[in-house]
Amino acid sequence: MTATASPPQPRPWAGALAVARHTLQESLRRRVLLVVALLTALFGAGYWFVATQAFEETESAGGIRDIDEHALVGGTLVGLAMFGTMFLGTVLGAFLTLGAVRGDAERGVLQPIVVRPMGRASVLLARFAAAATVCIGYVIVVLLGAMCLIRVVGGYWPDRIAQPVLQLAAAVVVIVALSVLGSTVLSTNANGIAVFMVFGGGLVAGLIGQIGEAVNSPTMQDVAFWGSHLLPFQALYQGGLDALTADTRGLTGVIVRLGPFGGAEASGPGLWAWAALFTVGVLAAAVALFARRDL
Amino acid sequence: MGDAGTDGAAALAVRGLVKRYGSATALRGVDLEVGPGELVGLLGPNGAGKSTLTKAACGLVRPSGGAVRVFGHAAGSREARAAIGYLAELFRFPGWCSADEVLALHQRLTGSAGGAEERARLLEDVGLADAAPTRVEHMSKGMQQRLGLAQALVGAPRLLLLDEPTSALDPVGRRLVRALLARLRDAGVAVLLNSHLLTEVELVCDRVVIVNRGAVIRAGRVDELSQARGVEVDTEAGTETFPDVERDGVPALVARLVAEGRSVYGVRVQAPALEDVYVAAVEGATS
Repeated sequence: MTATASPPQPRPWAGALAVARHTLQESLRRRVLLVVALLTALFGAGYWFVATQAFEETESAGGIRDIDEHALVGGTLVGLAMFGTMFLGTVLGAFLTLGAVRGDAERGVLQPIVVRPMGRASVLLARFAAAATVCIGYVIVVLLGAMCLIRVVGGYWPDRIAQPVLQLAAAVVVIVALSVLGSTVLSTNANGIAVFMVFGGGLVAGLIGQIGEAVNSPTMQDVAFWGSHLLPFQALYQGGLDALTADTRGLTGVIVRLGPFGGAEASGPGLWAWAALFTVGVLAAAVALFARRDL
Repeated sequence: MGDAGTDGAAALAVRGLVKRYGSATALRGVDLEVGPGELVGLLGPNGAGKSTLTKAACGLVRPSGGAVRVFGHAAGSREARAAIGYLAELFRFPGWCSADEVLALHQRLTGSAGGAEERARLLEDVGLADAAPTRVEHMSKGMQQRLGLAQALVGAPRLLLLDEPTSALDPVGRRLVRALLARLRDAGVAVLLNSHLLTEVELVCDRVVIVNRGAVIRAGRVDELSQARGVEVDTEAGTETFPDVERDGVPALVARLVAEGRSVYGVRVQAPALEDVYVAAVEGATS
């Protein structure tokens, strides 16, 4: 029978670790990660086929003057992998966190947990940490895998490896933070729509920059710069895209950076700091909104 | 309201609690107290504010005015949360979890070191001893409700806040929960029981608080609320009612009737059921 002695006091972080572990368990047991792995394998198979064909056909077609076709095809294909990984990582991160607060509260899942001693902020940050961990792992594995595949199929390595991978992982973490923030005020469906519209808005900012560069419009380039930094996941992505071909010069470098994946743009010196500040700010806002929310 | 002691000693002390949702006022200055080892029933029609009151005690909703304290700590504070066990009216555990895993999660959240022994004991207490490996998605609603009760008891809470804990239970399940609540009370646990089932409240609660339109309208011990209202006597002429006679006046009444040469075959003291008290208090309000 229950005694009336003083209640146990959980160790600091023990509750948060329990929630993070529970979130990861849920991803495994509900086969979220299995589905993601299977669909990513399909993506990988298609990517392998396309890459093989692209290298073979460009080699057999003969060269174009002033163009390093090997670098052009390799850089473009890794750029494609980066775009695809960004999209898939966004889908994964968003679906892991869309209903983190309001959705779970409406289902009655959240209340038994937040009345426990660990408190709301720890619950929220643990959910974020678990989703971010899954997404970081996913981005690293998929993008590095794609780079290795291109190396095997076409003998091409991007000019930088660590920077694009890390910046893409950071970009997805920013999106996860935005999804967590949205979940504090929006229903699951509304939050999903909002996250993907914000994601699309970032991509559009990148495309505006590309167009601005192509037509030499400083205004469009300014709009793109501020748009992509207002949503720093886009600036991180563009910086990673740029790093793939950072040492590729001449016409080849120009063409590959103007490629179809949202505009490569070198990262400014303060981008990492800004992205970190932005993410912390978004999470602080999420914690503050959650603290005030009636459940 | 109540007699459970000062705010510092009371398991739950609610003072002038007001809660507004936009322009709607759910609670209008509620006072309530639950002492250690006391089992208090919270009654009222749908929308009366019972669940809001329970949630305010858990820290799930923020008061617009007044104060709620749990063992002297502000409701929602870490210290208050460490002292409570809560079963929500509408709750759901992840379907992929087994009963044992649900309790293990809550052990980690509370810091309980009870381990497998505590989990097994709690499941046995709620009649789910054989259901430890059963996944929640394979449980009936009644089993899930009993698991919810076991979850609320993880970590040996000193104050138990139960929002409709028996609504999905069959009669056997209700009896089991009543017995469990009585044992908890005997062990010194304070319980606030929010229920629509008046007979449950009548059978197990020390005190009853009736809430309507966000305010406490009646409160007291069940026997106080159900005060005697007359006496029925079976005589050779049939059943006669003496509305002005109370329980203490029965011997004198019987003596007088016998002295008058009447034959008395039975005497019944009339006491209104809690249901009558409740219906009269809320003036038939529902929903």
